[in-house]
Amino acid sequence: MSKQMTGAEMVVEALKDQGADTLFGYPGGAVLPIYDAIFQQNFVKHVLVRHEQGAAHAAEGYARSSGKVGVLLVTSGPGATNTVTGLTDALMDSIPLVCITGQVPTHLIGSDAFQECDTVGITRHCTKHNYLVRSIEDLPRILHEAFYVASSGRPGPVVIDIPKDVQFATGTYHGPKNIQHKTYQPQVKGDLAKIRHAVEMMAAAKKPVFYTGGGVINSGPEASALLCELVKLTGFPITSTLMGLGAYPASGSNWLGMLGMHGTYEANHTMHDCDLMIAVGARFDDRITGRLDAFSPGSKKIHIDIDPSSINKNVKVDLGVIGDVAHVLEDMVRIWRTSAPQVDAGALKQWWKQIDTWRERKSLAYRPSKETIKPQHAIQRLYELTKDRDTYITTEVGQHQMWAAQHYHFEKPNRWMTSGGLGTMGYGLPAAIGVQMAHPQALVIDIAGEASVLMNMQEMSTALQYRLPVKIFILNNEYMGMVRQWQELLHGGRYSESYSEALPDFVKLAEAYGAVGIRCSDPDKLDDAIMEMINSPKAVIFDCVVEKAENCFPMIPSGKAHNEMILAELSDDAGVEIGSIIDERGKLLV
Amino acid sequence: MNAPTLNPPPPPPSPYSSALGKANIEQHTLSVLVDNEPGVLARVVGLFSGRGYNIESLTVAEVAHGEHLSRITIVTSGPPEAIEQIGHQLERLVPIHKVTDLTLHARAIERELAMVKVRGKGDDRVEALRLADAFRARVIDATTESFVFELTGNADKIDQFVELMRPIGLVEVSRTGVAAISRGPEPI
Repeated sequence: MSKQMTGAEMVVEALKDQGADTLFGYPGGAVLPIYDAIFQQNFVKHVLVRHEQGAAHAAEGYARSSGKVGVLLVTSGPGATNTVTGLTDALMDSIPLVCITGQVPTHLIGSDAFQECDTVGITRHCTKHNYLVRSIEDLPRILHEAFYVASSGRPGPVVIDIPKDVQFATGTYHGPKNIQHKTYQPQVKGDLAKIRHAVEMMAAAKKPVFYTGGGVINSGPEASALLCELVKLTGFPITSTLMGLGAYPASGSNWLGMLGMHGTYEANHTMHDCDLMIAVGARFDDRITGRLDAFSPGSKKIHIDIDPSSINKNVKVDLGVIGDVAHVLEDMVRIWRTSAPQVDAGALKQWWKQIDTWRERKSLAYRPSKETIKPQHAIQRLYELTKDRDTYITTEVGQHQMWAAQHYHFEKPNRWMTSGGLGTMGYGLPAAIGVQMAHPQALVIDIAGEASVLMNMQEMSTALQYRLPVKIFILNNEYMGMVRQWQELLHGGRYSESYSEALPDFVKLAEAYGAVGIRCSDPDKLDDAIMEMINSPKAVIFDCVVEKAENCFPMIPSGKAHNEMILAELSDDAGVEIGSIIDERGKLLV
Repeated sequence: MNAPTLNPPPPPPSPYSSALGKANIEQHTLSVLVDNEPGVLARVVGLFSGRGYNIESLTVAEVAHGEHLSRITIVTSGPPEAIEQIGHQLERLVPIHKVTDLTLHARAIERELAMVKVRGKGDDRVEALRLADAFRARVIDATTESFVFELTGNADKIDQFVELMRPIGLVEVSRTGVAAISRGPEPI
């Protein structure tokens, strides 16, 4: 199918052909032809954000909750530079995005024209790939290639920079069929010999653990289903990174909870003491490993990942299997079934007994209060009151994010949208808008901190404009809580600039936007207030006034190993100087 | 007379030197086949600076005009794990066709071309020509008080020639960086 049309019309046509029916964007001089083409069609729904960073995070939320490619459209210069944080966030968390930016006309490029910037230069480091379209002949191929590159292999953001004269030029449009990229053909099938070897290692293990990550989610719901099947077949314990929550249900009997810096005691000790670690779509990030030279010292390690550069990057593994998680797990399940290996049942039983003793430490416990709302309690109540609904959770970044990861339990993949790698404050509200666009009937909640949410608060207008009933559940402790916690741990309790001075009245702020504002500071009234939020047909800002001094535990202090966690009970003990827990070497780390 | 100062013989430490440990640093030559499209060199160089890898030398030119294929030859150094990681990171770049570690390819040949300007009179000129002859360097420009020599060889040979020219009256050196290819009938 090839037709004559303008570059701007090609953009819309390509979105149609790629099934991209939702577009987040903000107009400007260099994209006016594309906006004109959008005006004259009905397939693509455009969501007008209030800041281009919001468009990027909204597209991320859309992509992560739907498994589709998220698309955004912004103008040249500041429009493009404002997306940089969102693009970097998507690169770190492997989220497929296509970002279309306008550019000044070809003949003005390099002349420091109005709203000109070197978009491909600036975004080269924060995209999986990017293109400057120099000619209308290249445009159809690049549009379709961008979707292919964004969504295949390890997904990531792709920028297409289109000069205004190319948008006006007329050329021949080609559909997406026969997209065969010259160079980019990631390996999806795993090497069978290696997978057989992995199964043999698993069968021989006495103290195994599955360590799974965002790659399982990215690989699609089949990957999560296969993972659950493999866990059931083997009977092995399983833990997950922040990014991988929901791939294995939190109610599953083999679930250890999240691992890492704020992971559970049982998850981290299981990782430390295991004799076989099976890493699936996870990347041994520093928030997971803690002190590298003391990371799971006695284990053999298998690593399944679609990105060859992830294998042996931070941690040397014994067996690397390159391939898409779903494909590899499918082979693994099949080989396990057909070979029906004899596992060491006695050793596994012993291992589970050991794990149970770690579980008994109840590392997520906290001291309850009748006077103030404990933030952990607030998340627990939110979970209990929303778990039977079709609920999607996004977060901002900080203490509230970790409490949400610890106390909100996910049964399914794609239900949990959080900025893991980049740690972007201001992610949650625009992401929630993207999620709600993908799932109009669902209950979408942004679990937020009062500091983070203000970074993209302007997106409330977007929510109201499109009647998106997103709920913003703010754990308001009047502090940049994680900053304050680190200042307590590392800097002698000198709370430099971490107090949230001059906060707005969030209830009035909600009302000013035309949304509903709810405040609650009384633990006894919390349930009713949460129900009021859930039952509201409109967008809600919930100002949940919580205990100000609460710290997020358990915690592996910087520079320590998995078996050197701080638990809440220790930090409560009189006589333990909390500022002394992290040594000088640890203070240098992030 | 004083020759202008050149880089001292030991390679200067790169500001991006790997923090992975100074022990077991190896030098490897990578051959990278890429689509010759705008920005591809910036992607490769940006990858090295962004991830803190070393570039000792870099050459690039189109080698297949019909297919717009360019060949980049990079000499890099680091511990073996870092070198392996560099290869994988390069392979992630979308316009890259193939990355080959020619140092692991034991039969690879490396060559570099240098132009060396030397100034001198009398006996120094005779000595310069004698040494040039021993190194099979050609005179490609001459005045009554200077020569420009063209010299091809591996990097060590060029280093050695430059060092010998220094006391005679070395003025400046222009080097292409290393180009490399594997021996035998097979392509990389």
